[in-house]
Amino acid sequence: MSAGSLVAVILLAPLVAVVGSLALRRPRPSEYLNLAAAIISFVAVIALLPWGLAGPYTFWRGYVIVDAFGCWVLLSVATVYLLASIYSIGYMRALGLDDRLHRYYALFAGFALTTLLGPLMNNIGVYWIAIELTTLVSTFLVGFEHTRESVEAAWKYIVVVSAGISLALLGIILFYWGGSLTLGATYDLTWSVLRAVGPKLNPTIALAAFLLVFIGFGTKVGLAPMHTWLPDAHSEGPAPVSAMLSGALLNTAMVGIARFIQVADAARLGALPRTIVVVIGALSLLIAALFITRQTGVKRLMAYSSVEHMGIMTLGFGFGGPLGVAGALYHMLNHSLNKSLMFFGAGDAMHAFHTKRISRIHYVLSAMPVAGLLWIAGAIAITGAPPFGLFLSEFTILRAGLAGPNAWAVFVMLALLIVIFIGFLNHFRAMYFGEHPEMAAIGKHHPHISRTAFWCVLPMWLALVPLLALGFWWPRSFSHYFAAIAAQLAGGGPG
Amino acid sequence: MAPVPGIFAAHLPPLADAVFSLLAITSLLLAFVMLGSRWLSEYMIAFAAQSWLIALLSAAIAFYGDYPELYGIAILTAFFRGLVLPYLLSRILRRLNVDRELHERLAPSSSLVVGALLVVFAFAVSTHLGQSLGLAGTVAVLALTVMLSMKLIGFLMLMVRSEVISQVLAILVLENGIFLGSQILVPGMPLLLELVILFDLLVVVACFGVLVRYLVVHAGTSSTLGLRRLIG
Repeated sequence: MSAGSLVAVILLAPLVAVVGSLALRRPRPSEYLNLAAAIISFVAVIALLPWGLAGPYTFWRGYVIVDAFGCWVLLSVATVYLLASIYSIGYMRALGLDDRLHRYYALFAGFALTTLLGPLMNNIGVYWIAIELTTLVSTFLVGFEHTRESVEAAWKYIVVVSAGISLALLGIILFYWGGSLTLGATYDLTWSVLRAVGPKLNPTIALAAFLLVFIGFGTKVGLAPMHTWLPDAHSEGPAPVSAMLSGALLNTAMVGIARFIQVADAARLGALPRTIVVVIGALSLLIAALFITRQTGVKRLMAYSSVEHMGIMTLGFGFGGPLGVAGALYHMLNHSLNKSLMFFGAGDAMHAFHTKRISRIHYVLSAMPVAGLLWIAGAIAITGAPPFGLFLSEFTILRAGLAGPNAWAVFVMLALLIVIFIGFLNHFRAMYFGEHPEMAAIGKHHPHISRTAFWCVLPMWLALVPLLALGFWWPRSFSHYFAAIAAQLAGGGPG
Repeated sequence: MAPVPGIFAAHLPPLADAVFSLLAITSLLLAFVMLGSRWLSEYMIAFAAQSWLIALLSAAIAFYGDYPELYGIAILTAFFRGLVLPYLLSRILRRLNVDRELHERLAPSSSLVVGALLVVFAFAVSTHLGQSLGLAGTVAVLALTVMLSMKLIGFLMLMVRSEVISQVLAILVLENGIFLGSQILVPGMPLLLELVILFDLLVVVACFGVLVRYLVVHAGTSSTLGLRRLIG
């Protein structure tokens, strides 16, 4: 199939699921329709990967672009969409919301559609709108359970992100204005046009515009100090939605940041933009470390871990160079797999223990033996311990940073990663091995022992196995891919 | 007179310059009306009036700058931003049973002072940007000032106002500021983009409407002061 028809398949499959779910209005068919859409999208994304390497290609009057970077992000998005669709079946059935379930799947597929749309957008204004649409759709998924907390989270999410992302629009307009001084009043503001006009942009305007888009898309990525919506939204939505928010949505917004860093390089703004990016990345790590250590909610723990990993990825893109970009991209896929696994485990634990509080979860292994094992393996992986993929990617980013002008950030990152390692795993120690001997007796006769549904365990295996494989083996084809993306993204080089 | 590519705002007949400036400054004043009032219905009227002024501005730019497609944008702006959005908002407001801010974090009078300081800051930034392009003293600097000021005032309203409907209006002020500035700075922006942004705004307000209903039904409040459960 040609790249154009593959793109059409990727986008049409979830669209059909949206329309189908709304038309059928029945829970079971909606489940399978959404799952089928996820599988089709995933397969089509895999088939699209070689095109990305050969590209970039543009379609539909230049509004859609297939390039290596976009395809890589699509891969992580489609992977999470597939895993979360499988998990949704088990998780949502247990919630007992069958009368509204078709709406959940319509929204879920719609959310996947907007998230898949973002990395494919060539026109920067349209990319902004795709990001805005992801917010509007996912707000209703966050508030889907209609509890007081979930509605509060949904409200904070839409207000903070809409306000933040409007700054990005302002930045895009300033870029357009700067470009119009050389290109004339009317032109199409695509990524390549902006990059090409970069050297002729007025540096003052380009710097102001870059800061605005970085803060705007940084809000959506959940970088500190704009991260405030993230823990609420990620902890109050249903677990599969949290996985999609963390593993798929944040990556789509990261596309904007990485591409604008490249524009800032092209505009020859010096070292300042990258330094700002690195500082914000390090700050995100700091905030995450503080909140992880003293966290009481199990899903908020995972949410702050997302802030941490977005910070690490931002550091990777900020350090730049082939190594930094490769590390950040490898981290993106690994984090998507790993964070899905973590939210799935948290969802299982919430079902088994009927609570979100870490202090009320004890002896996880006796309550859910298989899922519990998978979850703790994921916990070890997400703190960056070997032999999992995240260890390799974090190590690569550390190495990239040492070579650049912002080497101080490497030491900050290293120190904070150690804090997070201890803080994060300490919570798991409390949840898996009780604090008191008398609790151990209760643990042996745990009242909640429940068999985790097949649909809930399967995606955890599907996430963990590749994660472990990617820890041992960095595929050669990935290296080609990363080299192609780095050649594009690190155009001006670091510094 | 034919527009000079890019620096449209730098070479204008004096009358056009005056008209643009008047419309932009009046829009900014209306943002202050919102900032200085406690009554939600007054916000709404100020917002509608601001949208109409922006529509007039689009039409004026279409006329003086020879951008005929902006006439269409002007009509759409007046219709959607000036009529449909206020109508949707007043429907939400009627359901809410609130007509004024009760617990603002900053009194309207103090908000006005802070707002004035923000305008001064916006002016300093815009002058700096304008000077780097050799556009000091033109309507482009004014447009930048108004755009940044409305942005900052919108954020100020988000911070000090707690009624949900005020927060929606604050986000709409952010949007109006961008739209106003972009009309003067980049009048040649592709039509499709402007249409999609307009459409996007409608969807945003519709989503906010649904969420407000959820808030009232499931959280029992129409004020963000009641949203204090999720912390840490």
